[in-house]
Amino acid sequence: MADLIARPATHGLLPIEIGSVVLEDAQPEAITWIAPYNRKKSAVTRTLGGFPGPGQVVEVKAGRALSVGPGQALILGAPAACDDAAVVDQSDGWTVVALDGAAARDVLARLTPLDLRDSALSENATARTLLGHMTASITRTGPYRYELMVFRSMTQTLIHELTRAMKHVAARARLSGPG
Amino acid sequence: MRLTCPHCGERDLREFAYKGDALALSRPEANAELQAWHEYLHIRDNPAGPTRELWYHTPCGSWMVAERDTATHAVHRTMTPAEATK
Repeated sequence: MADLIARPATHGLLPIEIGSVVLEDAQPEAITWIAPYNRKKSAVTRTLGGFPGPGQVVEVKAGRALSVGPGQALILGAPAACDDAAVVDQSDGWTVVALDGAAARDVLARLTPLDLRDSALSENATARTLLGHMTASITRTGPYRYELMVFRSMTQTLIHELTRAMKHVAARARLSGPG
Repeated sequence: MRLTCPHCGERDLREFAYKGDALALSRPEANAELQAWHEYLHIRDNPAGPTRELWYHTPCGSWMVAERDTATHAVHRTMTPAEATK
């Protein structure tokens, strides 16, 4: 059988660097949606090596698990399996990009109603929220780094919205800079 | 206006959708009078003051009941429908 080459939806579109911010691909090997069956949460937690509470990211055997809703998590990393939970492979359903740089928070602040201050979104915290008109998942993976997930079909809209905001933030920085 | 999602915590109004009076949780019995069904489906108050409403947090998919005041815009309390119908 032909050996097909998997390409992320961002192929040929990223990375983009504007001002102090870089937008780059961060697609994991696999994305697995996990929802423990009734009264099976502790069994699932044992099998996976952890299960995130609201707003949490936890390291699990297969990779990182993000909380995405009541009783639901997405595992980013290797494919995950579990007999005590509903498990759906969503690897091809999402686009994951990373926004990195000193002004990354200023860029996001133009697009999301989420409170991005350290007190509300600390490092290693995650939130389901809006980005422009899209529902998205925002995870802070470093002091100046955020991972953003939207449905794969919205990849170009995501890049368009972020690029616009990055340009505007860079223009602001030039205006208020020295001279 | 900010609302507290039972799962995610306090969030901006833009993330939520209004789904009507929380009366919708008090469904009549299947064999109830026609009048009871009529009131359940169609009759709503329009109070200037305390209300109980259903809201939906679109990004995470949580339903909730919000107790708020339409005269002052204060949001007093939010809870899951399970808590609200206990």
